[in-house]
Amino acid sequence: MPEVTPSPPASLVPAKPARPLVEVKDLCKTFDVSAPWLNRVVERRPRQFVHAVDGLSFSIPKGSTLALVGESGCGKSTVARLLVGLYAPTRGSVHFDGQATDGSTSAANLRALRRRMQMIFQDPFASLNPRWKVLDIIGEPLREHGLCQDLPSLQARVGELLESVGLAAADSEKFPHQFSGGQRQRISIARALATEPEFLVCDEPTSALDVSVQAQVLNIMKALQRSRGLTYLFISHNLAVVRHVADRVGVMYLGRLVEVADKQQLFSRPLHPYTRMLLDAVPDIHMTGRARTPVQGEVPNPLNPPSGCAFHPRCPLAQARCRQERPNLMQLRGVEVACHAVEEGRD
Amino acid sequence: MTPAPSVTSTAAPSAIARFLDSDIWFSFKSSPMAIVAAVIAALCLFCSLFAPWVSPHNPFDLASLNLSDARLPPAWLEGGSSKYLLGTDDQGRDLLSALFYGARISLLVGLASVAVSLVVGVGLGLLSGFVGGKTDAFIMRVCDVMLSFPSILVALLIDGVGRAIFPQADERLAFGVLIVAISLSGWVQYARTVRGSTLVERNKEYVQAARVVGVAPLRIMFKHVLPNVMGPVLVLATIQVAAAILTEATLSFLGVGVPPTSPSLGTLIRVGNDFLFSGEWWITVFPGLMLVLIALSVNLLGDWLRDALNPRLR
Amino acid sequence: MTALLEVRNLRVEFPSRRGTLLALDDISFSIQAGEILGVVGESGAGKSLTGAAIIGLLEPPGRIAGGQILLQGQRIDNLPYEQMRAIRGRRIGAIFQDPLTSLNPLYTVGRQLVETIQTHLKVGAEEARQRALKLLQETGIPAPEARLDQYPHQFSGGMRQRVVIALALAAEPQLIVADEPTTALDVSIQAQIIRLLRGLCKDHGAAMMLVTHDMGVIAETCDQVAVLYAGRVVEIGPVSDVIHSPSHPYTRGLMGSIPAMDEDREELLQIDGAMPRLNAIPAGCAFNPRCPQVLPRCTQQRPELMPAGATRAACWLVPQSAQTPV
Repeated sequence: MPEVTPSPPASLVPAKPARPLVEVKDLCKTFDVSAPWLNRVVERRPRQFVHAVDGLSFSIPKGSTLALVGESGCGKSTVARLLVGLYAPTRGSVHFDGQATDGSTSAANLRALRRRMQMIFQDPFASLNPRWKVLDIIGEPLREHGLCQDLPSLQARVGELLESVGLAAADSEKFPHQFSGGQRQRISIARALATEPEFLVCDEPTSALDVSVQAQVLNIMKALQRSRGLTYLFISHNLAVVRHVADRVGVMYLGRLVEVADKQQLFSRPLHPYTRMLLDAVPDIHMTGRARTPVQGEVPNPLNPPSGCAFHPRCPLAQARCRQERPNLMQLRGVEVACHAVEEGRD
Repeated sequence: MTPAPSVTSTAAPSAIARFLDSDIWFSFKSSPMAIVAAVIAALCLFCSLFAPWVSPHNPFDLASLNLSDARLPPAWLEGGSSKYLLGTDDQGRDLLSALFYGARISLLVGLASVAVSLVVGVGLGLLSGFVGGKTDAFIMRVCDVMLSFPSILVALLIDGVGRAIFPQADERLAFGVLIVAISLSGWVQYARTVRGSTLVERNKEYVQAARVVGVAPLRIMFKHVLPNVMGPVLVLATIQVAAAILTEATLSFLGVGVPPTSPSLGTLIRVGNDFLFSGEWWITVFPGLMLVLIALSVNLLGDWLRDALNPRLR
Repeated sequence: MTALLEVRNLRVEFPSRRGTLLALDDISFSIQAGEILGVVGESGAGKSLTGAAIIGLLEPPGRIAGGQILLQGQRIDNLPYEQMRAIRGRRIGAIFQDPLTSLNPLYTVGRQLVETIQTHLKVGAEEARQRALKLLQETGIPAPEARLDQYPHQFSGGMRQRVVIALALAAEPQLIVADEPTTALDVSIQAQIIRLLRGLCKDHGAAMMLVTHDMGVIAETCDQVAVLYAGRVVEIGPVSDVIHSPSHPYTRGLMGSIPAMDEDREELLQIDGAMPRLNAIPAGCAFNPRCPQVLPRCTQQRPELMPAGATRAACWLVPQSAQTPV
């Protein structure tokens, strides 16, 4: 695998550490979805695996936002969960601030490391315990890590957090069902910020929200990033939202990264055929009359991925090599892209 | 630009105010059946809890019994006396008082067994659903095995074993064995119900959020998941109270339930059974009616609760 | 020319224990034959309810409390159940959001199509099967002969939605009501389905009412668009005018808060606050607490739809701004 050198966007403050905050190398996660043992023996079925994440490598410099886009089944939600430790990787490593997040770090260090990264979930209705008061919901990380010694300081801190996301301190006595979707998502953000993390993984945080509410939440997230120097991994299927929030964008297809580039570069000069297809397929509200290539086919079944390059059945540039050999992510023309056609200059 | 605060203007109401405004209370107020059932159940509960103060006589005080008053019919029949409203049994005990004392025993055993079943069943169900894997498989197999035995037989078996181990035991131990016997035949329902709900809740994002924060799994199980799976358990418990009381009555009727010195409604029915054919029907019928009344009102309450808690029917 | 579908002053209410909630308040619009009208709004605005009221599938206790719905000049809102059922399959087709639950998992796709065709078109079994084949071909399903005998679970999400569209078109309806037909689909499939829907409507001469919250889909598919807010129509007009030169402040805020694919903005325009709940709709114009250009009149008097350039908007600012294009 060629060495991947991250190229931080020029808009960042010049004085920053040389080492990226988050580094992911050859990350893999395979799920065993075989039928139960008895069925397999009786019906002579083979074991089945889903390679949800298949050799992912990227890095995120401090203070920037990397967005991962892709359609359903591409594995981006799995990546989010791998990064925060909800799943253990089958292979590969995740390094946070230079330290590995697997068994090689001691348990105490790992716990301290986990405090510095948090997650925001997609569903504003399922991500808050309906039976808990907001005070307890936001206070849980504070209590768990011993950040507040008594009730008054807990209440004060929760009030502060609520105000930082645009809600009122008095809202801490209420229950989640008394809030709208957008407000609940803000409570989720407040909870994620409780331990003062440096890194936030956001799994489709605005997909379930209306457009005007989405605008409010995205504005808050950007403001918080500026004021606290946060680093985001932003997962989404909505390219317009990604355009608004990201510094760099990674495009995923069937568990693999097909292109990683700066935002400007990706949207103005996409290289990989899948990226081009995605950009063309997004319904264009401004109807700029952009020429569009028709979209073909559907995402294949992850249980039975195509050989070689996973995109070759739908690719207008596919050739024999694409069917046999899986392309590696390599630096070409200033971006990272995994495509034989681009490498050979055929696009 | 700081986002404008969208302040929710009303202050949070107190718990009582929330309850009175809730859908459950409204549903209760608008269901005549639920109100009647609740009133009857409350009356029975009150009479049995305060039996010593509510009963006109103490039927277990041997000194106050008068054999010449034995087998008197109810007050409205010929030969009856207003001193014994529902008549007396073969030992001169006032039936009305015996009913209250008997109901007390029945309710005590019923409620206690449900409480034990609940704790065991909910605990095992939570564990099974949350941990999954081999633990889950093992507990579910145990449930399957338990379900293949009729509950009365299980109770009989445990009771018999208990008596064999502790032949000279005093009364309280006998009660304990009886309660354990009845609860062991009832916990499976809770375990299965809770396991199903736990499997659903476990995958929800608030549980994942707690894991990301670093909360220990046991704590997540009890503090996060348990409050959200208790709904169906309450309905089940209400209905199981009636079932437990009936099981106890059956066991006492068979002679292997409560000790004869503290007769429950079942014992009274058994005692009265012998006199049925000599025309003294009241000795067995009134305890029977009381049993039916308690079981029916609790069942009706359980029915209402299940419909009230079902979001689709609201 | 009489419109194919005309909705006049439609009111839908929900009696509840806390009083009657007015979910749709005086909705009026019309669709010509062959035209596609988009109904857009945020959650709770009442767009799905509008579709449900037109198809006659309002869930009780919801009920139509006023106004009229006319299909080719004939009232359909007050018909008895049996008559409405006949109309529903034959003259109005419906497409819902989730293709998984729109198809019966126990029957083959062919059987469901043939059943629908035979119920409404009185043709023999063989001809019905031929028509079903033709429909599957038109909706772009490859190898339709084999697919006719397959079950819904053997189709992928996008394919299933095509089958649902085929089912909706099976009885050759004059009007199609589509409620969020592409929301559950991936972006690349969405594009295919949108194009298919538009093409089929034009080919078959059917009118379509497309309900969605996604402005991008509206921009690509519709001729006219109606913007709903708190159960009322706040703006209605040709799609490019509503998107590029909206008159109503809510529409402007909505368009401004949508992130654009082709430009970079530091901050998205945001409308503070949230849509009011049904039991707390303000007096006068429902948008007045959040409106950046609110006038005293807005809190007292509810505005009607008034001409504003190429669109019509329910806003007291309009008579002035009609002269100055936005």
